[in-house]
Amino acid sequence: MAETAGRDDPVLRLSGVRKSYGSGTAAEIEVLHGIDLDLGPGEFAALIGPSGSGKSTLLNLIGLLDRPTAGAVRIAGAETGSLDDGHLTRLRGRAIGFVFQYHYLLPEFTALENVMMPLLAARGRPDVQMRETAAELLAQVGLGPWQHHKSNDLSGGQQQRVAIARALAMQPMLVLADEPSGNLDTQSADAVFDLLRSVNERRGTTFLIVTHDPRLANRCDRIVELVDGRIVSDLANANPVHRQTREQTMQSGAP
Amino acid sequence: MSRLLTFEWIAAVRFMREGLAQTLLIIAGVTLGVAVITFMSALLSGLQANLFRRTLNYQAQIVVLPPEDVARSLRDTGAARSAAVVQPRTQRLHSIDQWQKLRGQIAGLPDVVAIAPVVSGPGLAIRGDANKAISITGFEPESYLRVIALGDKVVAGTANLTASDILIGTDLADDLGARLGDKLRITTATGAAQTLQIAGLFDFGNKGVNARNVYVTLRVAQSLLDVAGGVTSLEINVSDPFIAERVAQTIHARTGLQADSWIRTNEQFFSAISAQTLSNNFIRFFVALTAALGIASVLVVSVVQKSREIGILRAMGTSRGQILRLFLIQGALMGLAGSVCGSLLGFVFLNFWRGIARNPDGTPMFAVNFEPQLFLYAAGGATLVGVLAAMVPARRAARLDPVVAIRG
Ligand SMILES: Nc1ncnc2c1ncn2[C@@H]1O[C@H](COP(=O)(O)OP(=O)(O)OP(=O)(O)O)[C@@H](O)[C@H]1O
Ligand SMILES: [Mg+2]
Repeated sequence: MAETAGRDDPVLRLSGVRKSYGSGTAAEIEVLHGIDLDLGPGEFAALIGPSGSGKSTLLNLIGLLDRPTAGAVRIAGAETGSLDDGHLTRLRGRAIGFVFQYHYLLPEFTALENVMMPLLAARGRPDVQMRETAAELLAQVGLGPWQHHKSNDLSGGQQQRVAIARALAMQPMLVLADEPSGNLDTQSADAVFDLLRSVNERRGTTFLIVTHDPRLANRCDRIVELVDGRIVSDLANANPVHRQTREQTMQSGAP
Repeated sequence: MSRLLTFEWIAAVRFMREGLAQTLLIIAGVTLGVAVITFMSALLSGLQANLFRRTLNYQAQIVVLPPEDVARSLRDTGAARSAAVVQPRTQRLHSIDQWQKLRGQIAGLPDVVAIAPVVSGPGLAIRGDANKAISITGFEPESYLRVIALGDKVVAGTANLTASDILIGTDLADDLGARLGDKLRITTATGAAQTLQIAGLFDFGNKGVNARNVYVTLRVAQSLLDVAGGVTSLEINVSDPFIAERVAQTIHARTGLQADSWIRTNEQFFSAISAQTLSNNFIRFFVALTAALGIASVLVVSVVQKSREIGILRAMGTSRGQILRLFLIQGALMGLAGSVCGSLLGFVFLNFWRGIARNPDGTPMFAVNFEPQLFLYAAGGATLVGVLAAMVPARRAARLDPVVAIRG
């Protein structure tokens, strides 16, 4: 599949993606009705839309956790429809990072070990390099001193930052975040968003972030809106609100 | 995280440690089950070994008789022997044709470790007014003592008989009021009679045998029973008592002689043993089943509890195979831990039992068999049971749809 992936291929290309639940039953219902979407390298995009519009469904398809009923999901030019579960899993592990609304760390492991986990699953055995990579990522999300705490001992915002570090462990080209700050207070939500933005700027990682918060959406470069399983608008945000501005807003006492 | 362990092992151990109470409870359950199995198996095999020893003390593993010999009852129970005395046969005893040649032929068979020519038949022991029906066995000490460890059972005198000697049981000596060195007159239905000196007393720990069996040299028996130069049976030991029947069949096939293994002549005893073994196996099976169900149920619960984590692991690039192994390993570890603890506990039970189950004279009632293999089998078996028990929950975990799992 690497052969079919050219240099100029978008990180993600969805063409005519449809998804039905309960296929073959009386209760069959189509949730996504032919989605076309490209995400280029380094894009920082928001996916917005009312509840039930199919945002999570779309994210799961992009993240190769689920297969579309029709249409194609290409990751870096590679068609994924023909891949078996094992190949999908490997591609997912290598190319895609997930951040979920609920941070879902593994409570049996420390913060550091949680960040190591994708590397460990991919390589089989722990090694020093893995540990260093994970420690570095934790330091980048500002949790250096918390490495050896069990994940349950961390606050919600801290846990989400661990989850972000974990999503970055394999240096994915695409990070999918499903309401990454939905469960956090405004301040932590902002901190998480800042973090995503800074990763995007530093590493050029492509982001697709589902959010209900127009304020946060407004901080992205591009805003895709989904309504009833269709993309109703896809706009470049010419003037995204940046960190500094946010800080000013915060100081002036807004939300 | 140990660098020696793979992802699956590390995660399995952590999952088990996280649900420590559950893990320990189920290990305790497996421990008890394995302890019961080890204890019972050791006890039973000890008991069997004990019974084997008692039987094989005075019986050869295989007795070869002339073809279709009507004198078959000779080697049978004491009751049959005394009946033979009450109604003495007029017929001469059948002897084995060309026994020297056959002896060589049989001795050359694989698994045959000892072979002894024997002349045996009914007779009467007389001392003063007292007389007793006896079963005479004539042997050559060199060969016979390698088949039957008669020497170990001699409580006075010797089993290395010479032509004028007789070896009798302690009960017969009591019945006749005879002592070591006394003379006995032996007669048989053929009319032959000899006076022999008691050179030894034996005690097989079996009253019937002690009261009835007497031993003389082969030549003495030949003349008493009128089978000059012949033998009535060849008595054989093989390398393993349990293959005796197979070897007996080989001998029959090769020589046409009748070959009875101790397994066949002690059928009743063996059916008792196999009933015991059967019930032991039943118990083993149910204990294993209980352990398996326990392990399976703990893991089923664990899969449900951890389904989100499994979903996350899958989203992070963990393969189905890795998830499957993660749970199989947990099953194996529970089984293994339970069996190691269980074997140790079984060992403690056994020693305790050995301490309390004693004969009045203070000797242990049971020679408890202590086989290290048993522990290995228990460990291997329990590990296997653990893996099998984990199969269903592990497959369920591996097939978990990450989307559903993450949505919770
Ligand atoms: N496994 C499923 N089976 C049946 N229907 C489903 C399933 N998952 C989602 N749906 C339906 O698909 C539609 C889209 O759901 P989805 O979770 O993608 O919406 P969403 O945009 O993420 O909503 P929210 O903002 O509330 O998270 C909903 O109507 C939902 O009920
Ligand atoms: Mg959603």
